[in-house]
Amino acid sequence: MGGPLTAPPVFPQWRGEPLDEVLYHCRELLEDDTYPTVRRWRESGGKVIGHFQVYFPEEIAHAAGALPFKVRGGPVEPTQADSRFGSYLCSIVKTSLELVLSNRIELEVFVTHPICDAARNLAAVWGRNFDYPCQILYLPQNANSAHAITYLRGEYDRLRRTIAEATGTPITDDALRGSIGVFNENRALLRELYRLKRESPWLVSADEAYALVAVGGLIPREEHNTLLGVVLPQLAARSAKRQDRIRVVYEGGFCEQPPLDLIRAIGRSCYVVDDDLLIGLRWILEDVAAGEDPLGSLAESYLERSSYSPVQHDLRKPKERMLLERIRQAGAQAAIVTAAKMCEPGLEEQVAYTRALDDEGVPYFVSEFEENMTSFEHLEIQLETFVENILFE
Amino acid sequence: MAQTTADGIVGRGNTDGARLFREWFAGLTRAAEEGRGGAYVFVMGSLAELLRTFDLPIVFPEINSLQTAVRRVAHEYLNEAEDFGYSPDICGYVKADVATQLRGGELPMGRIPQPAIAVYTNACNTYIKWAEIWERMYDVPIVTLDVPGTRAAGTQTWPGDPDFENDRRYVQAQLEELIPLLERVAGIAFDIDRLRESMHQANAMTRAWKRVLELNRSRPSVFNALSDGTIFLGVANGFRGSVEGARYFEELVEEMEYKSAHGIGTLTDERYRLIFVGVPCYPIFRRFSELFTELGGTFVSSTYLHFASGGTSLGFEYDLERPIESLAEGMLISVRDAMDNMFFQTDMLLEMAETYAVDGIVYHPIKSCRTVSTGLADNRRALMARRDIPSLFIESDMMDRRVVSEAQLKNRIDAFFEGLAARRQQAAIRDT
Repeated sequence: MGGPLTAPPVFPQWRGEPLDEVLYHCRELLEDDTYPTVRRWRESGGKVIGHFQVYFPEEIAHAAGALPFKVRGGPVEPTQADSRFGSYLCSIVKTSLELVLSNRIELEVFVTHPICDAARNLAAVWGRNFDYPCQILYLPQNANSAHAITYLRGEYDRLRRTIAEATGTPITDDALRGSIGVFNENRALLRELYRLKRESPWLVSADEAYALVAVGGLIPREEHNTLLGVVLPQLAARSAKRQDRIRVVYEGGFCEQPPLDLIRAIGRSCYVVDDDLLIGLRWILEDVAAGEDPLGSLAESYLERSSYSPVQHDLRKPKERMLLERIRQAGAQAAIVTAAKMCEPGLEEQVAYTRALDDEGVPYFVSEFEENMTSFEHLEIQLETFVENILFE
Repeated sequence: MAQTTADGIVGRGNTDGARLFREWFAGLTRAAEEGRGGAYVFVMGSLAELLRTFDLPIVFPEINSLQTAVRRVAHEYLNEAEDFGYSPDICGYVKADVATQLRGGELPMGRIPQPAIAVYTNACNTYIKWAEIWERMYDVPIVTLDVPGTRAAGTQTWPGDPDFENDRRYVQAQLEELIPLLERVAGIAFDIDRLRESMHQANAMTRAWKRVLELNRSRPSVFNALSDGTIFLGVANGFRGSVEGARYFEELVEEMEYKSAHGIGTLTDERYRLIFVGVPCYPIFRRFSELFTELGGTFVSSTYLHFASGGTSLGFEYDLERPIESLAEGMLISVRDAMDNMFFQTDMLLEMAETYAVDGIVYHPIKSCRTVSTGLADNRRALMARRDIPSLFIESDMMDRRVVSEAQLKNRIDAFFEGLAARRQQAAIRDT
């Protein structure tokens, strides 16, 4: 493989540290707008494949020895990107472009998806500003067509050729099978983290869990697996006591991410027992079979064994029913239904979600957020009032 | 061609377009009163050729919504949808339609039937979210005809290329899955000969549409792409695949050829030839157009004529010997072209500027539509870097008058024309 898989770890700071320090380093990495792990990877000669939210078959980039970098905006001011866009847009689209215009991140390939009207424009905008391949991966939007898997397998093959050419590394089926194994392990570890959130939310706060998941988009997945493998048993062994907090599901973080401080603020009032934050990293729900046809297996898993989000229409997964199911499975008492400002699919879905929650008598808190918002006091007071209403009902 | 006179021919397209539009709405109103369900479709890949063969009344919610803005009642509809829970920051077309549904289909132009089915492409992602609303309201089948678009600028593939064939097989499979569903919804057996006939009419319309667009290279231009063009688009969508639609466009070609041959332009004293990029400002539609025409500006072309006609302008004609395969191929190529006119439009605009001999480009991003608007500022930057051509960038909306400031628009437009005049003056001095 062409990547620096034998190079030193790009995120060594946490190793050998006590649990709280490990979590501190994860949070710091997440909020570091210099992206040190990606820089170190490049300094070791590694290639980087940037992929915009929500889901991307990272195994294909990994099999080329490249680092799949999750492009999901960032804690930066879009000073250069602002002039490339109009006024009425979500923040993530602008800050994502800012990361590359400001040279914080350098890529070999950029891939976006037709998840929404803004995101699908990114390939064109990016391509007018950079010479490397900038393209749309057309994940199927007719998930119920019997031909969708076959089509997607072909689309993944096209992506395989693009990445192989850009990285100079042929992507063999054997390499893909190896990568699928790495990502299967990662998905299993993330499922374990979410099991802990559901069953013992007092052992891992909302922002801790989020930081542990999110760093996965910034470091090689092998390193992420090592990190989670060390941290999960320590979290489970924590001596924290259960508190009298309501159990909530957080919905609305499938694309633009709320700031860590907002997640922390929510965690102060509630136990967030499940959520859709960075759902793309957890999109595939079970192990992918690394058999005869690894691309076919990835395509099948994307469609047949996957989560839900407002940006995929699938007759088998009506979103409001899926949310109610998530709430039921997590044993949650209420939902926090958010949407990023100017996010068309998120804002539209809010209406369906809240009506379904009304019908089922599930209390909910509705809000909008922006990734770079800095003031949470008003929201926190509103949320506390909401929580008190439930606690003392 | 028959001998024609200015009396009988000039202006016929607009008059007949308005008449056809009224007839179309009268038909929809009748269908609503009879309790018949409609096929809800969108302009970028309506599949009217196929749906027409099932005798389903065809409803274009985008056109209905923009009509509420043109008739200056959009705010009532938007407010109603916002009271229902929809955000001020989402597509105004969606909200106007939500309110229309809440009103039992009542619109200023008549009444539309409830959906029996919705069929839409992914050319706009909001189509999918919009159809989900009907799915929830009425529990009717909604079908995404997923048409993979161009992956990166300049990388379109064509028949025979393995990537194209992968896309084509996918589109064809979806069409083959859709037909039995349409049979169930409409209660009518699929008739491939009716499809051939409908595709034959669509071919005639496509040929004529392409010719109409070309004829506006005349000087003076023979129609205004913004005002007249919107009428043509209404017919192109509402009557695609029909005898009336094909005849309308053949007669429109006749009119435009007549005007071109006789040097008859629009009502504007054409001093500046412009391209319009984006979606019109429907809340002040006539006034918006006048802000340009009063200063001698006429829109000779627009990206709107290309994408809102579903890519028909590319001129793809169906092979009637193999209708389903050809329909799939045509959808793929045409809808992809519609998307290209929104996302990857730099080269097209440069070519358009050349072939239509334009003096300036007007970009009009709008709050309501991120599909069209997201990349416009960057597109303008890239285009200016490649060619020295004046451009104007003005933001407003296609539906919501709360974000339309006529005074601000006028200031910017006036300044743009002053720049055009100064540029022409400097060029004249240079040439003497």
